[in-house]
Amino acid sequence: MKRVGVFICHCGTNIAHTVDCEKVAKTAAEFPHVVFSTDYKYMCSEPGQMVIKNAIKEHKLDRIVVASCSPRMHEPTFRKCMESAGLNPYLMEMANIREHCSWVHPDKEKGTEKAIDLVKMAVAKVVKNTPLTRSSIPIHKRALVIGGGIAGIQAALDIADAGYVVDIVEKEPSIGGRMAQVDKTFPTLDCSACILTPKMVDAAQHPNINLVTYSEIEKVEGYVGNFEVTIRHKARSVDVSKCTGCGTCWEKCPTKVASEFELGLGTRKAIYTPFPQAVPNKPVIDRDNCRYFKTGKCMVCQKLCPTGAVDYTQEDQLETIRYGAIVVATGFDLFDHSVYGEYGYGKYPDVITGLQFERLINASGPTAGKIKRPSDHKEPKTIVFIKCVGSRDEAKGKPYCSKTCCMYTAKHATLVKEKIKDSQAIVFYMDVRTPGKNYEEFYQRAVDEYGVQYVRGRVSKIYQKGDKLIVKGEDTLLGKQVEVEADMVVLATAMVARSDAGDLARKVGFSYDQHDFFTEAHPKLRPVETHTAGVYLAGACQGPKDIPDSVSQASAAAAKVCGLLSKNEMATEPIISAVNESICSGCGLCISICPYKAIDLKTITERVHGKMLERQVAAVNSGLCQGCGACTVACRSSALNLRGFTNEQILAEVDALCL
Amino acid sequence: MKLAYYPGCSLSTTGIEYNMSTLAVARTLGLDLWEIPEWNCCGASSAHLTNHLLALALPARNLAIAEEAGLDVAVPCAACFARFKATEAAVKDSAETRATIEEVIGRKYEAKYTVKSLLDVFVNTVGLSQIKTLVNRPLEGLKVAPYYGCLLVRPHKITQFDDPEDPVTIDQIMSAIGAEPVYWGYKTECCGAAHPTVVPEVGLKMLKSIYQGARDAGADCIVTACPLCLTNLDMRQKEVGEQNNTQYNLPVFYFTELVGLALGHDPHTLGIDKHFVDALAFLKNKGFLNPVQNRRDSE
Repeated sequence: MKRVGVFICHCGTNIAHTVDCEKVAKTAAEFPHVVFSTDYKYMCSEPGQMVIKNAIKEHKLDRIVVASCSPRMHEPTFRKCMESAGLNPYLMEMANIREHCSWVHPDKEKGTEKAIDLVKMAVAKVVKNTPLTRSSIPIHKRALVIGGGIAGIQAALDIADAGYVVDIVEKEPSIGGRMAQVDKTFPTLDCSACILTPKMVDAAQHPNINLVTYSEIEKVEGYVGNFEVTIRHKARSVDVSKCTGCGTCWEKCPTKVASEFELGLGTRKAIYTPFPQAVPNKPVIDRDNCRYFKTGKCMVCQKLCPTGAVDYTQEDQLETIRYGAIVVATGFDLFDHSVYGEYGYGKYPDVITGLQFERLINASGPTAGKIKRPSDHKEPKTIVFIKCVGSRDEAKGKPYCSKTCCMYTAKHATLVKEKIKDSQAIVFYMDVRTPGKNYEEFYQRAVDEYGVQYVRGRVSKIYQKGDKLIVKGEDTLLGKQVEVEADMVVLATAMVARSDAGDLARKVGFSYDQHDFFTEAHPKLRPVETHTAGVYLAGACQGPKDIPDSVSQASAAAAKVCGLLSKNEMATEPIISAVNESICSGCGLCISICPYKAIDLKTITERVHGKMLERQVAAVNSGLCQGCGACTVACRSSALNLRGFTNEQILAEVDALCL
Repeated sequence: MKLAYYPGCSLSTTGIEYNMSTLAVARTLGLDLWEIPEWNCCGASSAHLTNHLLALALPARNLAIAEEAGLDVAVPCAACFARFKATEAAVKDSAETRATIEEVIGRKYEAKYTVKSLLDVFVNTVGLSQIKTLVNRPLEGLKVAPYYGCLLVRPHKITQFDDPEDPVTIDQIMSAIGAEPVYWGYKTECCGAAHPTVVPEVGLKMLKSIYQGARDAGADCIVTACPLCLTNLDMRQKEVGEQNNTQYNLPVFYFTELVGLALGHDPHTLGIDKHFVDALAFLKNKGFLNPVQNRRDSE
């Protein structure tokens, strides 16, 4: 005979305001199997939990229902309470009479009625609950960081300092990422390279960090604590163990190509490092543009290399490594402003992006830090900045705010005024958003001390007239049309997800949003975790972010990784899918539907009519299964059942409500 | 190639040369333009400002007649085109609107056929290569400022041809007949519409920036596909020039006039003698009025 206890929580007045808790408790006492029912002001509090524990002892309860808030809030609390009372924690059910009832209904009579129904369902379910036990899986103490920008570097350094081995996989020839392209950083105007390159060197020299550059993630299998990651080492055509980074090869290489790092404003050679401070300082050959690979002739770099490091025969290599945790820090791309016909469809050479402007003012950039227009290399006197290009524009761009543009535009305008004394910097804006430490002060300084002119309004059109750019727009504060003859226009284009972000998310197995930004497990309380255990996020791959935010998130992700790797094994939730092999037909439908790649087929041997037969059935990997239940719905023969939410339990709830 | 043809009121009055040149050129290009019998006014801005249903029903009646004949409709005037397209979209969009309109006009109209701007017909139905082969008086050395105005290609959702920010169809046609389209920033600026008449201090300023823009871009003349734009640009040019102590000397043409000239038509047949800014003298100066032999008409 099952003995159920029911505990109704008032949650102060949160529930009691709309639900007659006493009446719910009294009604619940009459439900089948219920031997005790009571209500209390704060069930989650210390005395509240004592009420539960005492009742369990006194009335010999073997399972309980707590009617209070969402299980997301206090399920762990009441499970612990069960454990300390000597019961299996999974013999407890929660009826959510707060979020699902009192908070969303105004009518107390109907609210009470609904609360009674919810409790009735929970009682029906708990009667069918069986004790579940947690199992454990071993944890491999090595971490993978995907992406070697500032977020990836910071995460790797923190994990490595804690004593764990960590690999940074970067698809470019050098680590450094976007921050390496940036000139100065707001709000302090310290030079980006001066604070980044030492960290790059730290990462390279750290005994616990392996830099795996010019490499990409090919495949990810396994689960938290035990990821099997296959990495593709792209053919560098240079033997890094022999190369000293002397630079003879790229000095002498005859082929010039537009540099990706300089965003088309400068050139590089076919054998190249992306920028002078590259780490590692070892070149790669861009085979699409190399004269030898195109025509079979040249070989200048090989002939001149003093250490014989150039190797044209290298091929891509695959390597599989086991990791306990993964940090994804793949960064962002810039919105392609060529969709904006009003700004010239990207055709005007002197209409550039903010990141291109960073290269123009950078001392190691294509103009050695002198601001020159791309078209005729003249020094521009009037520079117009347009904010929110692609951001906050549902028609042609993205609906979200890119968060960093207000600040970097203020920085750009300040630097223009600093570098060209007789210049005019005009910023067209929708809003100025400066939430950050010392950010507002920085913007105010741009206006008050540097005389940057802010015009509130959108630009309707840019067109070329002679060697000038005519910028037509509106000053909404004056209610007037304005026309500026500019020498150069800088667009604060939106931050968007990497074009291959979705592919990576599917490869690793975690979710991403409608804009391809990676989704955190909880927007407030679990901001660096994904829904996939053991996979963490850092930096702008999760959403637009500036450097301080990226670094904080990276350190937070590192702390999570260290927390995981500090254990030898970890307990797994028992609420996972289980296969009833006797009725599984091995159709495999569940495999394709599982978002966590947790189901595989396995072969079993059965005795049928005296003969041993082999057949295939589904097998759930307990390390990977997150208990979402998608497979149980897809299974045609109901062979899959979610522990703790079995078909029988769900039906019992439905029957309790409907019969 | 047979198309229903809706000239509209402008092409029988202020823009009569647009009609003359269109019909002449159509013959050469092998376009059979069937004028919609007993067509009525498209409603233009008057109906649009008065009553939404009226603004849809007026074009719908014309479109219904063309639909009965089973033809796509070619519309030269930018305003008529905008109203026709809006009606077509509204009828496609809502069965309820369609039923109401059908009841009002007493005919069936299902938007089965497409309304096309005459520019669209030249570029996409006739084709640039066809125009090119028929040219026998290439307008070499003529620098033209292609002017589309604000209405012709907007809103793109409704007009569905050419680019709303940087339209190119007039440019392409001008290149096909040997002229040189200049790059300028005023392609889609507003000519002022009724403002040069009603609020001249606003409207004339708008015209001035267009003249100045064309001149700065090095154009000899302006080419358009909108009767109201042409009227404003042509009729007000002297006045704006006097206000600014200058003479712009920028003849304004319909694109069909220049195509007709390039195909070898007589300028008088095309109505080129009907402009305020002396277009005939201009063309004569440029050497484009010497008679040509053997006009090659498409069969």
